[in-house]
Amino acid sequence: MTITEVGRSRLRKEDAHLITGRSRYTDNITLPGMLHLAMVRSPFAHAKITSIDASAAKSSPGVVAVLTGADVAAEQGSLPNAWPITPDQKAPAHPAIAVDAVAFAGEVVACIIARSAAAARDAVELVDVSYEELPVVLDLEEALKDEVLAHPDLGTNKSATWIFDSGEAGTGKPISEALNGAEVLIERTFYQQRLIPAFMEPRSTLVDPTGEQITVWSATQIPHILRLMLALTLGIPESKVRVIAPDVGGGFGGKLQVTPEEAITVLAARHTGKPCKYTETRSESLMAAHHGRAQVQKVKLAATKDGIVTGLDVHLLADMGAYLGLVTSGVPILGAFMYNSIYKFPAYRFECTNLFTNKAWTDAYRGAGRPEATFAIERLMDELAVELGMDPLELREKNWIKHEEFPFTTVAGLEYDSGNYEAATAKALELFGYDELRAEQVRRREANDPVQLGIGISTFTEMCGLAPSRVLGALSYAAGGWEHAQVRVLPTGNIEVVTGSSAHGQGHETAWSQLVADRLGVPFENVEVLHGDTQTSQRGLDTYGSRSLTVGGMAVLAAADKVIEKAKVVAAHMMEASEEDIEFTDGKFSVKGTDQSTALGEIAFAVFSAHNLPDGFEPNLDSNATFDPQNFSFPHGTHLAAMEVDTETGQVTIRKYVCVDDVGVVVNPLIVEGQVHGGLAQGIAQALYEEAVHDDAGTLVTGSFVDYLVPSAPDLPHFTTARTETPSTTNQLGAKGVGEAGTIASTPAIVNGVLDAVRHLGVKDIKMPCTPSRVWAALEEAKTTGGVQ
Amino acid sequence: MIPSAFDYAAPATVAEALGVLADAGDDVKLLAGGQSLIPVMKLRLADPAMVVDLGRIGELSGVRDDGDALLIGAMTTHHQIATDPLIAEHLPLLAKAAATVADPQVRHRGTFGGALVHADPAGDMPAPVLATDATFILAGPNGERRVAAADFFQGYFTTAVDDGEILTHIRVPKYTGWGAHYEKFTRVAQQWSIVAVAAMVRVEGGTIAEARIGLTNMASTPLRATAVEQALVGAPLTREAIATASAHAAEGTDPASDLNGDAAYRRHLAEVLTKRAVIAAAGL
Ligand SMILES: Cc1cc2nc3c(=O)[nH]c(=O)nc-3n(C[C@H](O)[C@H](O)[C@H](O)COP(=O)(O)OP(=O)(O)OC[C@H]3O[C@@H](n4cnc5c(N)ncnc54)[C@H](O)[C@@H]3O)c2cc1C
Repeated sequence: MTITEVGRSRLRKEDAHLITGRSRYTDNITLPGMLHLAMVRSPFAHAKITSIDASAAKSSPGVVAVLTGADVAAEQGSLPNAWPITPDQKAPAHPAIAVDAVAFAGEVVACIIARSAAAARDAVELVDVSYEELPVVLDLEEALKDEVLAHPDLGTNKSATWIFDSGEAGTGKPISEALNGAEVLIERTFYQQRLIPAFMEPRSTLVDPTGEQITVWSATQIPHILRLMLALTLGIPESKVRVIAPDVGGGFGGKLQVTPEEAITVLAARHTGKPCKYTETRSESLMAAHHGRAQVQKVKLAATKDGIVTGLDVHLLADMGAYLGLVTSGVPILGAFMYNSIYKFPAYRFECTNLFTNKAWTDAYRGAGRPEATFAIERLMDELAVELGMDPLELREKNWIKHEEFPFTTVAGLEYDSGNYEAATAKALELFGYDELRAEQVRRREANDPVQLGIGISTFTEMCGLAPSRVLGALSYAAGGWEHAQVRVLPTGNIEVVTGSSAHGQGHETAWSQLVADRLGVPFENVEVLHGDTQTSQRGLDTYGSRSLTVGGMAVLAAADKVIEKAKVVAAHMMEASEEDIEFTDGKFSVKGTDQSTALGEIAFAVFSAHNLPDGFEPNLDSNATFDPQNFSFPHGTHLAAMEVDTETGQVTIRKYVCVDDVGVVVNPLIVEGQVHGGLAQGIAQALYEEAVHDDAGTLVTGSFVDYLVPSAPDLPHFTTARTETPSTTNQLGAKGVGEAGTIASTPAIVNGVLDAVRHLGVKDIKMPCTPSRVWAALEEAKTTGGVQ
Repeated sequence: MIPSAFDYAAPATVAEALGVLADAGDDVKLLAGGQSLIPVMKLRLADPAMVVDLGRIGELSGVRDDGDALLIGAMTTHHQIATDPLIAEHLPLLAKAAATVADPQVRHRGTFGGALVHADPAGDMPAPVLATDATFILAGPNGERRVAAADFFQGYFTTAVDDGEILTHIRVPKYTGWGAHYEKFTRVAQQWSIVAVAAMVRVEGGTIAEARIGLTNMASTPLRATAVEQALVGAPLTREAIATASAHAAEGTDPASDLNGDAAYRRHLAEVLTKRAVIAAAGL
């Protein structure tokens, strides 16, 4: 096999249609007789619904019907949570349309169905809902007290407590040993603020109930899971539901959900017998699509005086919000295995309490659990370095797994197959100019420069490629982690690749074409990638957790290999040779030791015509493959940020950002670069810009992009990106995931850098996002508390 | 994001527009660039029964030399203000401020007059205009009236423009040869001002002869930093002298507290940004 495609920076084939407006997002689709929906949402974070009078709305021009929770109570079921993390996990029923009570501001209480979107919107104001307000619980520490309950019927705000203990699991020592014997103990509380995924395309769903099947178009990351869950939730036979994810404009985990609005659109279509469409406004999206992060991390790091870490104790409070969405409860657990990161300390304990509050529910958001974990450990390593007066990089190197120690079983019980932290760090240092920047930092401190310089470090790893099905099973996740692919050889020799991992901006069409072009020896242009429609792609587990290439891509390769095996039989028959003598290279089957050969295309036509095939040969070259990974993949890297802090205003600027990522073998460097850039932007956004803020009544204050500050290109520096390539040994390509790496790594790098710039002025910590006013307030406070510690 | 239904008129002259306004009753809104009005209507925070579009009235657009002043049409866009040669020569402060408004799309649609009448405390055009002592020319049912900048901005989103009136032009005195700078402080590049300072200085032989300072978002209306202006007169052209004078910047201000910072932080910013604006305006 000649490799001409894998490793090549091809422009993405899907971009032409996406950037020239020839796109087909759900909201672009119009069906004859289609009705439009608008949602009536609760303005209160917690209230009883005492009555709903929809009569004025029903008689408003163009309105066809109004659905309330009571109208659909018998058929709407309860929206699914697929991850009961403990057998006794508590969860409230989750109706798509609230029936008796609402538990967060923005919850749907009624749905207008009208002939136009404008008529539907006009009628929203005419629905008269009477509420009896109930006290709200918004803060995690408050929720823990169980004084005010988010769901009084549950009797508690605690959903579940999940514990990992290396002593008990047999993966390490008991944490008590480390804590009691610690020569140095660093104890901190970190706040992972609530974030909003803020994907570019708002959520939209169109349901066509006419014909034999219900067809659902939705802006979703998970057409296959959505199909199954809609069927289970609404009691429709799965075979009667077809889900299509057409062009989908980003998700970042925010569209890894089975949403109330999707269920409501199905119900509305069923009620009216007509196609119904719902597209949320940006305000609705910010308020009611699931949020992310929202954890309080109480952490203790034990170490010896010479900087050997001996143990880590993590106590987490995780904000579920008002309900458990698809994987809400599991997000903190995904982080549980990552707190030890690249380090090899012997004792680790993790305890997480999942709590309900009267806010929009949380769920997966780029990195899901792993950014939080990485932040905590990387912040702690810096704090330990300060405590010991050591260089933070030297401290990390002392503790990390050396490249010759792989494969390495961690204290959290994962087997890291490969990695080379030394190589990535050396490369990053070289690109960064570490020593020069440290020298400049000293100069600025000495000169009392109003602009101080700090260096932030983050040496990270993450687990991705979700996931070995048996591991997911052990963690009580309801589904598996395999992925499916089909490769079809058309009579002309063109190839159709059907993938179960449904792209929503990642570039699968390009990358999968590159994989198959190499494997089957056909031109890149001759490969077409199909996805996102449960009728075309019958099986799949969709796209999240940086799984597409390492799981879905492997299924594609396995299916391609099966095509070769099938075609070989025909080739032998056509060339009158024995199968053992047939070799396949560069799209041609040849007979060993002769110049006789047949191209895959010729075989494809021969199979199509089926005039002369070996006896018993089924006339097609198509093949299916399902790949279940044996392990996760563990990308890693070293990120370095030079941060400038204007001490007069508190303004923080990124002067230089260098990252060296090791994502194993790369199929398309351009796509990887794009993922890294976007990932960095989102991680930096958590460090400096974004936060979902609620007022005391539980109303979202950051309800528009005027207040929820998403950074754009001018806010971000030129990124210096580079790679080292330590192949993963857990898949045949040697690839690791890249979708979340930048987000996971960058947040602690930035915050470590900000603190490094101002710690000598007496600042101990700054909550994220490190806004100018917070940085300035921290500097002012340091002045009054006496400056340098 | 669908506004309530409304009637729409697009008159071709100011006279015609005044007629439409007179007939329309009081539930009517003028539409200039729509960059503030339309978002507010889409969020249904405003639902006028009628919208009168000023976009077809040619006489309201453009910049003219008017002797000791420039006469700027209310419908002149931010982009035009930022790039107009007359403004660059005589009123660079306005050009610099307009260039900080939002993004190119918004600057090509949003208008000078719309921004002034909208009078958002965080908007970038009011403070520079206040600092110039401009005169606002209003057309109304009883003819034209003129309002001094000092009397124009009356409160939070409130100006001297009465119902039935149209701001047609703003007459801005020339400050040819003055140094000017608009120092805007934001958290992300495209954001309304958290605080901003508009500064113009006339330098004569190593000292500051005259200074005009306007503050954005330090109260419900734009403010003049008169104490700083006075302290700067006769001050030597040094960073230290400017810093000393700028320490008065928060005097008489009444800033709001919000997610971007509390009032104390804004007062502090006013001092730092005034210092920076004056230093830049003075060319130091
Ligand atoms: C994304 C975005 C970002 C923005 N960022 C900034 C920023 O950073 N800084 C900033 O200063 N502004 C910003 N703006 C606002 C922008 O400057 C607006 O253009 C301006 O505030 C209003 O001008 P307009 O021409 O669009 O007026 P419109 O929105 O059309 O009207 C605004 C108000 O003024 C009234 N009005 C308009 N013209 C007249 C007239 N001639 N006589 C009487 N009444 C009139 C209207 O009835 C309405 O009440 C932003 C806007 C957007 C959409």
